[in-house]
Amino acid sequence: MADALTLDSVSKAFGGLQVIEDLSFSVPRGSRTALIGPNGAGKTTVFNLISGVYIPDSGRILIGETDAAGVSAARRVGLGLSRSFQNIRLMPHLSAVENVMLGEHHRRHPLAAAWGKRATSRARAALADAGLDAYEGMVVSELPYGIQKRIEVVRALLAEPSLLLLDEPAAGLNGAETDELRLLLERVSDRGVTILVVEHDMPFVHSFCNHVVVLNFGRKIYDGDNEGVRRDPAVLEAYLGSQSGVSDAA
Amino acid sequence: MSGYLEGLIAVLAINIIIAYSVYLPAAAGLLNLGSAGFVLVGAYTAGALTSLHGVSLWLAVPAGGLLAAVIAFAVSFPILRTRGVYMVLATFAFAEVVGGVLLNWPGLGGAAGLSVIAWPGLAAVVAVAAAVVAGAAWLMSTRFGLSVRAIHDDESVARLFGVDLRATQVAAFTLGGFVGGVGGALLVHQFNFIDVQGTGVLFSIYVLLYVLMGGTQTVWGPVSGALFFTLVPELLRHVASLDPSLKSLESGRFIVFGVAVVLLMVLRPQGLITRTMIERLFRRPSAGAQHG
Repeated sequence: MADALTLDSVSKAFGGLQVIEDLSFSVPRGSRTALIGPNGAGKTTVFNLISGVYIPDSGRILIGETDAAGVSAARRVGLGLSRSFQNIRLMPHLSAVENVMLGEHHRRHPLAAAWGKRATSRARAALADAGLDAYEGMVVSELPYGIQKRIEVVRALLAEPSLLLLDEPAAGLNGAETDELRLLLERVSDRGVTILVVEHDMPFVHSFCNHVVVLNFGRKIYDGDNEGVRRDPAVLEAYLGSQSGVSDAA
Repeated sequence: MSGYLEGLIAVLAINIIIAYSVYLPAAAGLLNLGSAGFVLVGAYTAGALTSLHGVSLWLAVPAGGLLAAVIAFAVSFPILRTRGVYMVLATFAFAEVVGGVLLNWPGLGGAAGLSVIAWPGLAAVVAVAAAVVAGAAWLMSTRFGLSVRAIHDDESVARLFGVDLRATQVAAFTLGGFVGGVGGALLVHQFNFIDVQGTGVLFSIYVLLYVLMGGTQTVWGPVSGALFFTLVPELLRHVASLDPSLKSLESGRFIVFGVAVVLLMVLRPQGLITRTMIERLFRRPSAGAQHG
């Protein structure tokens, strides 16, 4: 069976700035892969290339066995791709349950009801599963940051993705919230969903992920398991100038 | 009911209908300063059908709406290629073109305007206004409405969750054109006359203000905006008539009204009715108990 995601010699430049250069890696189906690297390494750009926000200058992106080149950003969710964002991108004037319902938008008829128990049942259940049912009717701009961050993850989950991209899902969360997030994502992963996560919280990466890809200046410098990344000289050099281990960076 | 009150209610009902012609695109993030164009298309189409061809009023009104919708659909493609102030200018230019064509169309009265005989009656106009509000509320309660509001908030994220941006915006603009056409068709028949000079850019600005002042976050915004803009000047006129010392208010009421609009824009730029206001009104007591 093909990998859930394959990047093959992908490059992207903005003006004269080469942000991603000849990047190749695969995300095995069912894996929990971390995409890490110092600030400015190009991690979010990779997410934007995968989700269709940006078009690669060269190279191929395969979602499953489908070449994403001919698939618009709006149709990639139909390929089983869903994502969250580095900075919260919820719809500020919609309630929590409406934001989450947007996740399943692509599977519903445009004139289907958006209100009522039946129409909202899946979104309410997903919020309850994440422990967020108390906030379902509230306008999200009024909710605390940590709650909004988790609602964004629930929205991405309601798309029923086979490949879930999470851009710094633990950023700004306290210890308890991060633990709740990890438990939620472990349940999602146990259902067979492939997870690719950009994260600076290294304890979160070490405890949750089983595959790590490290970028530096838009190039891959490590691709392997969770243990090897702590000792890899190139990774240590990129993070700390070879003075210490990656785990210390957190 | 006095003729004055009947006329006021008719104006209010028609203003509400036309406000929704701007609200539907505005809810999807499209600012339309060309509502007068769709109103004129609907008014002249329906007016010509009843006065020149003897068509029933109740066939002519939807016909006016349909032609306005067809034109809205056609012009939506070039207009949707623009953004922000350029979209405002493009819709304004559309209305100017419509006005220019009608001004130079002698068969439809030209600069003298179009007079019609058929009259719908107040009850019919109010019923259509109620139907438009109910229809808009239903539409915004569907998945289409959800996608419209999602586009309004963040179109790039909406796209990533499968919302067809172009199709949704074209549909919202076309529906807005239809409602504007119906509003125009009722306008010309309720007052038995319409001309291009009285339905120009100032008309479009007022309608846009109904929507922006009322608020685009909920379907109730245009009603509140139309109520405010229609009733407050009349209320000021009434107050001025109560006592001779307030006589100056009659001539200065538009200054007072203008100040009220500026204050509203400064103090409540999101509009009179917001989503949070509605949510707080109907929030269940237990909800948000853990809100910290």
